[in-house]
Amino acid sequence: MGRPSDIIIVGAGPAGMAAAATALAGGLRVAQVDSGTAVGGQFWRHPPQHARSAIPTDDLHHGLREYRALSRELSMARKAGRLDLRLAHHVWSAVREGDGFAVHAVDRRDAPRESAVTLHAPRLLVATGAYDRQLPFQGWDLPGVLTIGGLQALLKGGGVTAGSRVALGGTGPFLLPVAAGLAARGVEVVTVCEAGNPLAWLRHPLPVLRNPGKWAEGAGYAFGLARHRIRVRPRTAITGAEGGDRVTAVRIAAVASDGSPRPGTERRIEVDAVGVGWGFTPQLDLLIPLGCDLTNSADGNAVVAVDGGQRTSVPGLYAAGEACGVGGAALAVGEGHLAAQSALTDSGSAAVLGNRRLVAVRATVARQRAFARAMALAHPIPAAWSSWLTDETVVCRCEEVTAGAVRTACTEGGAHDHRQVKQLTRAGMGWCQGRMCGPAVHCLTSQNQVYTPAERLVATPVTLGALADLDEQQ
Amino acid sequence: MTLKVVVVGAGVVGAACAFHAASAGMDVAVVDRGPVGAGTTSRGEGNILLSDKEPGPELDLARLSRTLWEEIGQELGPASFELEPKGGLVVAGTAEGLAALHAFAARQAAAGVHIEPVTRLREVEPLITPGLRGGVLYSQDAQVQPVLATAALLRAAVRRGARLHTGEVVGAVTGGAGRVTGVRMGAGEVLPADAVVNAAGTWGGEVGRRLGAPVEVLPRRGFVLVTEPLPVVVRHKVYSADYVANVASSDAGLETSCVVEGTRGGTILIGASRERVGFDTTMNTAVVARLAVQACRLFPFLREVHLIRAYRGFRPYCPDHLPVVGPDPRVTGVVHACGHEGAGIGLAPATGALVTAHLLGRPWRGADPAAHTGLLPDRFFTSGGAPQ
Repeated sequence: MGRPSDIIIVGAGPAGMAAAATALAGGLRVAQVDSGTAVGGQFWRHPPQHARSAIPTDDLHHGLREYRALSRELSMARKAGRLDLRLAHHVWSAVREGDGFAVHAVDRRDAPRESAVTLHAPRLLVATGAYDRQLPFQGWDLPGVLTIGGLQALLKGGGVTAGSRVALGGTGPFLLPVAAGLAARGVEVVTVCEAGNPLAWLRHPLPVLRNPGKWAEGAGYAFGLARHRIRVRPRTAITGAEGGDRVTAVRIAAVASDGSPRPGTERRIEVDAVGVGWGFTPQLDLLIPLGCDLTNSADGNAVVAVDGGQRTSVPGLYAAGEACGVGGAALAVGEGHLAAQSALTDSGSAAVLGNRRLVAVRATVARQRAFARAMALAHPIPAAWSSWLTDETVVCRCEEVTAGAVRTACTEGGAHDHRQVKQLTRAGMGWCQGRMCGPAVHCLTSQNQVYTPAERLVATPVTLGALADLDEQQ
Repeated sequence: MTLKVVVVGAGVVGAACAFHAASAGMDVAVVDRGPVGAGTTSRGEGNILLSDKEPGPELDLARLSRTLWEEIGQELGPASFELEPKGGLVVAGTAEGLAALHAFAARQAAAGVHIEPVTRLREVEPLITPGLRGGVLYSQDAQVQPVLATAALLRAAVRRGARLHTGEVVGAVTGGAGRVTGVRMGAGEVLPADAVVNAAGTWGGEVGRRLGAPVEVLPRRGFVLVTEPLPVVVRHKVYSADYVANVASSDAGLETSCVVEGTRGGTILIGASRERVGFDTTMNTAVVARLAVQACRLFPFLREVHLIRAYRGFRPYCPDHLPVVGPDPRVTGVVHACGHEGAGIGLAPATGALVTAHLLGRPWRGADPAAHTGLLPDRFFTSGGAPQ
């Protein structure tokens, strides 16, 4: 693999896989980096290769045909030496270097040993996805309380169920596949609390009607949930979790349209695990330090701004998938193809997607984006969610900063945003660097503004030893 | 009549100026275009160092400042801004290096700094690399959390009547004989002022220009690394004797000589590089790697420890690496308090006291203008007021 690459793709989820396939088809030499041990990302997460026959997961997936086709193309290119696939490599920084980019990663294939790796290419495509957006509530830091994305990852990645009696809560359609998947593995899903109002979708009928694929997906979950007698409770929220060593019960309550609990509706349900998700936060850690322009997304997140060909404001830098706005795997695949097509055109190579295909991909992307927007508007973070919190509720788990301390930083410390709250309280200064609590602290300080994550010059923890070795390599 | 003072800059230096001026009974307004302590104040390590300073005007200010930090701690509660008198340990790896360090320390001791030569370094700092020749312990070196300290000083100033304005200063309003009578703000309003304190840190050059009293203050970029939280394993601020040479250096290129220290939060801070690249905010991975090498050389256990964060800021420096503190000879009423480079946190209280003393025309809290003439802006100008 001595020859330099024409493009580095960070991320091998749906967007990154599609981008790699198109770039390879156009004759580019591709270096692709992913922290996982297999391609697929979160959406197409699978058990390790050796365990796949023992742990069947096909029924948990969507779009497997696409996944298999893309996997085949990547694996053929890898054999032919045109794809330099770096799995179990964690990128901690991407910087501009001359006319191109340097991507700094740590190779963790022999974890806990790690070694520094630097890749160079004239173009960079970032497809780093998104992660669960969390809102704190009393008891959310108890063992057994997970994100719904975490529950899904355990299920898809190892057939593991986090509990036998599970309550799910939050907002958005992602609650449904997780509930259906858990039920299919014998878990008793005791409640699914959807804070939003399902009728909110009626305000945006067109994007729904134009995406029949989503109806089929929705109908599939509805069937699965009905078969297992799982009830989705609209306008209900998990407002607290109880337990000692781990969670033993949740408190749920009916909520008004602003998310405030309706007095007298609170109930207690015994559970041994909880999954919560309030949509997703795009992973922008590599893009923000590179100086990309950001734009506002309907779900309250800042996302990277791209043109119709997925070009960011930084020349030679492309983005695809959830980093450009959370919208699901089908959208991500479309954006991946478009981004690679742009990289091909911009580097003077022949485009791969013919006109008719290009028009079709663009139409899919436009349709899926409209659907994602409708979804975001139908499932907002409830305005009054913070009324579930007491002053003692921990908001930043790493540094154990309470909601009361955050409120004091705003009222007495004069803090206007999550960065100032961090300086005054240490919220977001711990191991997760605010990836988990950042959106919540933001909501507590300036809920009606879009959340722009703090700039993180180090995108993933890396040992000083690996960094020191990097110095000796230079 | 009460003196009206506008302090430009709500960083640690501006906050200290406001604190002292308000304590002296002046009518104080602090203006900043951004949040409190959001500039260089929030981008350092919180150093209060005597150990790295040559005898001279800066050390004189630093010694006073060390005392004043202690007083502020007593007054506002040392825990409210994590004041920690942890001490500094400067180490040398070679016999020549140690000899030079001892000679340097002896001169500092003559100027009033407490020093204590250490031969068994591991009794003082158990995890430091073996094989060093020795070092010097500086018990007066200390640390604060700079943003908390700034916020605490401003809160105290506000309790004494100071006000905080958000906005950008666009110019000075001058009356007869070129004397400042107010400050014009971006929104068009004029804040009346008998004196304007330029405590704009790295932007002090620009603010000086706008006030008609330019001083040369330039940015020097520095990266600081933060590790995962650990139990207390590094007890002092530990650095190699090369650091002192780098701080004083005027080389244009990159200099790194790391300072390693633990914090109240459990993280270990590794600072700091120095580069002259203007206000370029780009991540420099080579600098980060260099700091990591140096930190691992001092503390080999750090090889297994994770870096979780890096940040960078722009230290304000004057061409002669001394802060500029005192009245501007060209515009009556403008008082400079900037250019502290990497020492602004440590020097802030004494700077605030000295500025207040200049405004009062008499010593204030141990700051006597006659004793700190080496910091006056006059040093940059010929007798006619033109830049030298």
